[in-house]
Amino acid sequence: MAKYNLKINGKSRQVEADPATPMLWVLRDHLDMPGTKYGCGIAQCGACTVHLDGNAVRSCSLPVSAVGKAAITTIEGLSENGTHPVQKAWIEHDVAQCGYCQSGQIMSATALLKSNPKPTDEDIDNAMSGNICRCGTYLRIKEAIKSVAQ
Amino acid sequence: MNNKNIDLKAPIGGLGASRRSFLKSSALAGGGMLLSFSWFAKAQAAQNMPALPEQWAELNGYLKITPDNVIKILCPNPEFGQNVMTSLPMMVAEELDADWKNVVVEMGPHDNVKLGPQFTGGSNSVKMYWKPLRNAGASARQMLIEAAAQTWGVSASEITTKAGVLSHSSGKSAKYGEMASKAATAAVPKEVKLKAPKDFSIVSHSKKNAEGLKVVTGQPLFGMDYKVDGMLIAMIQHPPAFGMKLKSFDAAAAKKMPGIKDVFSFKLYDDGFEQSGFDTRTFNEMIVVVGKTTWEVMNARKKLIVQWEPAGDLKETMMGRAGKKEVTVPGRLETTSSQFELMAEYAKKPAQQLRKDGDPEAAFKNAAQVIERTYNAPFLAHNCMEPMNFFAHVQDDKALVAGPLQAPSWVEPTLAKILNLPADKIEIQMTRMGGGFGRRAYGSYVYEAARISQKLKAPVKLIYTREDDMSYGIYRPMYTATYRAALDADKNLIGFHVKGGGIPENPVHANRFPAGAVDNYLAEGWEIPSNVTIGAFRAPRSNFNAAAEQSFLDEVAEAMGKDPIQLRLDLLKRAKENPVGKNNDYDAGRYAGVLELLRDKSGWGKPENAGKKRGVAAYFCHNSYAGHVVDMVMRDGQPYVERVTSAVDCGVVVNPDAAKNMVEGAVVDGIGNAFYGALTHKDGVAEQRNFHNYRMIRHNEAPQKIEVHFVQNEIDPTGLGEPPFPPVFGAVANALFKTTGKRYYNQPFMKNGANEGQKL
Repeated sequence: MAKYNLKINGKSRQVEADPATPMLWVLRDHLDMPGTKYGCGIAQCGACTVHLDGNAVRSCSLPVSAVGKAAITTIEGLSENGTHPVQKAWIEHDVAQCGYCQSGQIMSATALLKSNPKPTDEDIDNAMSGNICRCGTYLRIKEAIKSVAQ
Repeated sequence: MNNKNIDLKAPIGGLGASRRSFLKSSALAGGGMLLSFSWFAKAQAAQNMPALPEQWAELNGYLKITPDNVIKILCPNPEFGQNVMTSLPMMVAEELDADWKNVVVEMGPHDNVKLGPQFTGGSNSVKMYWKPLRNAGASARQMLIEAAAQTWGVSASEITTKAGVLSHSSGKSAKYGEMASKAATAAVPKEVKLKAPKDFSIVSHSKKNAEGLKVVTGQPLFGMDYKVDGMLIAMIQHPPAFGMKLKSFDAAAAKKMPGIKDVFSFKLYDDGFEQSGFDTRTFNEMIVVVGKTTWEVMNARKKLIVQWEPAGDLKETMMGRAGKKEVTVPGRLETTSSQFELMAEYAKKPAQQLRKDGDPEAAFKNAAQVIERTYNAPFLAHNCMEPMNFFAHVQDDKALVAGPLQAPSWVEPTLAKILNLPADKIEIQMTRMGGGFGRRAYGSYVYEAARISQKLKAPVKLIYTREDDMSYGIYRPMYTATYRAALDADKNLIGFHVKGGGIPENPVHANRFPAGAVDNYLAEGWEIPSNVTIGAFRAPRSNFNAAAEQSFLDEVAEAMGKDPIQLRLDLLKRAKENPVGKNNDYDAGRYAGVLELLRDKSGWGKPENAGKKRGVAAYFCHNSYAGHVVDMVMRDGQPYVERVTSAVDCGVVVNPDAAKNMVEGAVVDGIGNAFYGALTHKDGVAEQRNFHNYRMIRHNEAPQKIEVHFVQNEIDPTGLGEPPFPPVFGAVANALFKTTGKRYYNQPFMKNGANEGQKL
């Protein structure tokens, strides 16, 4: 066990955890932030996507010891009450079915739009193909992203 | 262990349109009205209902109107993405003439007396609640009108309602909240008139997902997110292979790991336990590791030293519709290639006749041409994005369980038996489900959580890892079917024969199209018992049959020199005007209507589409009709579905944009499963354990456009979650032929990304 000072959603948070503990479980179990979802544990499905210094990363495969001083943003930190443009676009396009993967989809989409405000369809495909949705909401995800980009 | 795949569309508990809902109204403490209703309680019992405790209003009120005009509607059925938390309340709000902006939706408690069957599955939710929920809304509206009539001293018939406001021609008006307390004392109307679809202003008008904001802000909605103080995390170590069981284990190292509370083995069912249809469980004796946090439990589980041994043949007691039955589950360790070989052997043996019309033997004997094709499909894993999990807190005299579950009412009796508690001491809370697809109709993971909590006397959440979820599943069965068509010298279809079977169930729906459309028809089925557990998977059996039958009809049309849509329409015309045989379980008119709409909207056969590689299929299941035209191209050397046109007849569409979303999703899910879906075994071990080797369709593989069209009619809703899914497989197979020149008979069509279409 070791102590870590983490910067999460703009706040300083202290946790004590095994150094190998993935950030996913630090968020969910240690910090009671369940918006980041467990889907596969091996960085294959994207449900656990968070931002590390603005870049989309799979928190299931990011050990707490590797975070260092980097800033972490989770779905809870995107806005106070769902007012981030991407969240609004998700509601406007009524994207979600079951909704379980959507935190991760939104975090991947926001990271994409931040680095590439006018993504092409191909850019969207590249950025979003690491996030699985069994309900099959991919078309609405793409439309929602494009609506923000416009 | 591997119960029959029970048809989820079977009537549940006798809820029929003829049975009038029993409504009860009561005043809310602090003003307002509460309307609750029950389907199953007899009227006398309800009249003698004791005075209700205050919290009853908070927990069990179905429809609550507060003085400040907030209308709270409880959703009776659990939500797994089909959007019932929006569509079911819309039905109440419509007849209530509520202002949708003031409606707050919450998931209801488990209470079959007050909230009905509460079963999510079989594309049943909207269909089964269509009349009862509208009746509830209309009754509340009538009571508000009565209250206003008394207050104003006018006739009730002169009062109109709109968007939560009562109005009288004299100019008097009141918001619902103002009349709610008085309305609560009015008599519940014996009968109410429901609106005609043309008068709907909420139903058939798209409303956003009632939990949309919570989803996009990451609120704790799912079972995985459920947490109480002092809750422990549990993970199960199950046998590594179907057909194996626990022999012995050494937990010393695991117990020493940090954060670990306990490690023990447990039996799910006692010996001789009588399993009902949905009590399917994969293994009966397992080891569980319990600790403080998920990561610690995961790590400790790796330290277990376990000896497993072959389970051998097992006897199980199954309780079915036909009574008690002893079933032998074979102990062999199955391997997919041998499973396919075994199915091929069984396919040659005599099978059970399911339906026979005319003289099919003679038709085939006298045929000028016989077309015979065999189709195969593997097990499929459900792969709900939220793996199985459940919370349980079992105490000496009561139990609370909470999590993602499609059918709480089927779980409760079994929980009562295994915990030895009366059913009314068991509370089941239903969280939003991260997908269901049939998987969460089987509550064995709930029983596991309950057993673990019972032993520990502590609140516990059981979590399956993705590997657990995939390797220890209740899969879509393996199937095979051989279709034969007999053509006469003039290329008329004079005979049709389907013989299907599977591990462990026969998929054939003997009374479905083209039964009823061909003079000489034979349907047969067979089954091979197995220890691999199976269950409902989005449109059970139909998801295979539609692929096979609709591909076969494409080849038959080709042999007959007919357009594939025209062939189907010709057969349906026959089935409608002069049906063959009895018990045809589809409506040929509605089926044809979907094909005609599809033909029209896709521009099928139009010159401008001549160069497109297109496949078509349409299917009836779960009371609704759906079809797709798939436009395929080769992209980077692989077939890619670029565009899809869909047509659906599910009766009245309650929430059009959400319905469209569900059809789009069914198309994407269908393409993914048709192209890539497969769960295979080697010596009983599931070979796919996570998404690195179980391929799911991804964003870049989804079509660029899916255009969805609904048949416009005023038929009571007939269900939507499943019907658009099965025909995707057939349309994809037919488009593959146009694109590659090759027929695809074996799923998945793209094995490991290679364009193979061979048996696995």
